[in-house]
Amino acid sequence: MDWLYDLFPKIGDALSGWLAGFLPGWAVYLIMWLVGVVPILIFVLIMVMVVIMIERRGLATFQIRYGPNRAGPFGMLQPIADAIKVLTKEDIVPAQADRWLHWLAPVVTFGVTLLWFAVIPVGKDAILADLNIGILYVVAVASLGGMGVVMAGWACHNKYSLIGAMREISQMVSYEVPVVISILGVVMITGSLSMTQIVEAEGVPFILLQPLGFLIYFVAVLAQINRSPLDQVEAESELVSGFHTEYSGMKFALFYLGEYGNAFAASAIVTTLFLGGWKGPILPPYVWFVIKALIVMYVLVWFRATFPRVRIDQITGFAWKFLLPLALFNILITAIELAIWSEFPWWLLFVNIPVAGALIFLWSRLFTLQGGQRVEA
Amino acid sequence: MTVALSPQELANRIGEQLPEAVVEAQETALFVKSDSLLDVARFLKSTPNLDFNLLVSISAIDYLEYFELVYHLTSITHNHSIVLKTRCDDRDKPTVPSVSGLWRGANFQEREIYDLMGISFSGHPNLKRIVLWEGFEGHPLRKDYL
Amino acid sequence: MAMSSQPARLKTDTFVINLGPQHPSSHGVFRIRATFDGEIIVDVEPIFGYLHRGVEKLAEGRTYTQDISLTDRMDYTSAMTNNLAYVLAVEKLMGVSVPERAEYLRVILAELNRIVSHLMAVGFWLNDMGAGGFTPLMYCLREREKILDLFEMVSGQRLTVNYMRVGGLLRDVPDEFLPPLKRFVAEMPGFIDEYEQLLSENEILLARSKGVGILSAETAINGSVVGPMLRASGVNWDLRKADPYSIYDRFDFEIPVGTVGDNYDRYTVRIAEMRQSVRILEQAIAQLPTGAVRTKLPNILRPPVGEAYGHIEGPRGELGFYLVSDGSIAPYRFRVRAPTFINLTVLPDILIGWKIADAVVTFGSVDICMGEVDR
Repeated sequence: MDWLYDLFPKIGDALSGWLAGFLPGWAVYLIMWLVGVVPILIFVLIMVMVVIMIERRGLATFQIRYGPNRAGPFGMLQPIADAIKVLTKEDIVPAQADRWLHWLAPVVTFGVTLLWFAVIPVGKDAILADLNIGILYVVAVASLGGMGVVMAGWACHNKYSLIGAMREISQMVSYEVPVVISILGVVMITGSLSMTQIVEAEGVPFILLQPLGFLIYFVAVLAQINRSPLDQVEAESELVSGFHTEYSGMKFALFYLGEYGNAFAASAIVTTLFLGGWKGPILPPYVWFVIKALIVMYVLVWFRATFPRVRIDQITGFAWKFLLPLALFNILITAIELAIWSEFPWWLLFVNIPVAGALIFLWSRLFTLQGGQRVEA
Repeated sequence: MTVALSPQELANRIGEQLPEAVVEAQETALFVKSDSLLDVARFLKSTPNLDFNLLVSISAIDYLEYFELVYHLTSITHNHSIVLKTRCDDRDKPTVPSVSGLWRGANFQEREIYDLMGISFSGHPNLKRIVLWEGFEGHPLRKDYL
Repeated sequence: MAMSSQPARLKTDTFVINLGPQHPSSHGVFRIRATFDGEIIVDVEPIFGYLHRGVEKLAEGRTYTQDISLTDRMDYTSAMTNNLAYVLAVEKLMGVSVPERAEYLRVILAELNRIVSHLMAVGFWLNDMGAGGFTPLMYCLREREKILDLFEMVSGQRLTVNYMRVGGLLRDVPDEFLPPLKRFVAEMPGFIDEYEQLLSENEILLARSKGVGILSAETAINGSVVGPMLRASGVNWDLRKADPYSIYDRFDFEIPVGTVGDNYDRYTVRIAEMRQSVRILEQAIAQLPTGAVRTKLPNILRPPVGEAYGHIEGPRGELGFYLVSDGSIAPYRFRVRAPTFINLTVLPDILIGWKIADAVVTFGSVDICMGEVDR
């Protein structure tokens, strides 16, 4: 049964070996590159459909109603029905919009989403590009996502979209810093920025060894992918969809796919960094990876169904005044522990979890979300 | 229970301060001249024992020879109420002083009366049509419209 | 935003945005022309009239009984209380009395309608806040469905009930009305506890609504604000206690009053009023007598010449009807004192100076219903 576990590396080796028989080196490289990208694309699209179904059925369960249950068994063909509908819709561009930018924005958004999946290890050695700066690449791509939003907001020539784009900039910039600093704890323990090395180093999942880092990263990545409760950027009840108000048809579908693709990519990265990636007994590694990523996605849906939306100035205040100091404390404590015990033994989890709990409790006494403030005219 | 004050008593009290204001104290309402409406209203609002601080409603009725305006006033502090009436005989350009300086709640109601009945209120800060659109001709609630 | 080293402010420009008339949280076709300086609102101009149907003029061409169906459609979420206010005004005009059983049933239906209206108000307010993509709204609508089933059992309609008549009710309630009503009254306090437990201590909800949209008592009284908005600002004024109509003086209940007048107070006042409504319902069901439900009156009513002002404490405030009769079969003047129309007077006070996100939440807590604002 070993072939089932090492499926992707075996196929890759067999194919490149066969091709090298009659093609020059650069052609083999090019073909292997294409063969690598297409499965990623298919994987992303299928997983996004699964994620959309989880979101709609999960939200419906929380709201004591049925979700889609007409199209196919348990409504599983609903995304396909939506895709067909969206493909046949009229593409409306506002008269005064910047046509080139209007076309480019959803392309950029969805393209950036796909970029994330290049460095996510789906199974053992099953990764498209094993960069040794994998985490740095992830953080850099995350900030590119904001660019697509701002392009969309500007291109629509619509005040609502512009407000949404401005909010996106401030939110994206504020949450870069806690994201990076909370990942640093994991990087310090592993000693490497490469994603595969991080998964290899996880004997005990880092969620137990770095509870504070996990919580901060989880909330911060929620803000970066614009998901409720931190989704003022596209707040439906206030700005009528914010930056994607003026989009219809396939362009809107690309934004939609981009949003859920981002959510799935974020779940995948959380799984890789903190939950042990593809490690697990009995089942093949890629199955374990998908299961863990979908569990994290379900928790994201749970958050969406439960919390009211946080106001934009409260969101940025939360990043700078609450998450950032806690992330700094996290690195401080991890650094001290590494200095004393350089292999970072597993029983440190009994130290880290109470310390994390105590820090969060104490800091929340100092900082609360600011309520209303009236500005005198 | 909200006590409905007797118009005759109120007429006497107002007559001490503003002799020419009251025209008639009817059975349920106090009928004043439209010129002295603002003075009477100010008197009713600011006199310590009367304190009519809640303007409940302003209604306008088109009796074909004249327009009648009915003001329902209540005092939250003393829990008593009074009905104030005034008339306007001009059909072409009826004008009545506005009480929106005393009670802001009169603002929208007077705009609606201007919109639907055509009675202008002098001293109103923003007398525009409110429920019908700008550029509408005529005043629908009048009896001679349709 | 001034830079700390330079004494002069950055020169910025204000821009004007239309919130509405088509907008997910404008609660009907309502338009606000707001002038913004960045995210802060500097000026507010409410524009409405998109739903104006000329109810007051229509009523002059219909008989008194036909006008009851017009009153349903004004504040369409609380049709029973609209009906009640109108028939009280006509009964005052004619000097008619109502049998005991009809009075008790009227109180029961009016209080049920108050619960329906407040459930919708709270649910949609939380929807404006983005609370989990209408999760609380779904929970509130679950209870509302049970009450709407009762209304359908009684009058055949869920929303525009047209059930009250001058001199009583259209007809008696069927036998299957009381058991589900008693079940509902027994379960409702548990559901209200569930809402409070999920929402009232939620940190995000408190941060979004406490201290936001403050309306002081003097501004409220001067602006003729009534209903839960007035009570949330600290003024103890409820027509059911101040000027009891129908048989409200026989019931034992309290009037919840807020302190500050912010959005959170308006929310807690509405939740507390729901609890008090359940209390009134329990007492009314216990004291419900048997008997006729309608005084015998001619089919076409001809009230004597005169005028009357009949008012009730509706879910949104004091709903009053000023009727003038000239002895014919149709009213000479049919004037509606719509509470939400007049409550909107203070909209500039509670919106100017706040951010756009606060504006939507505050506007949701005013709880307007466009059918009543525009008539």
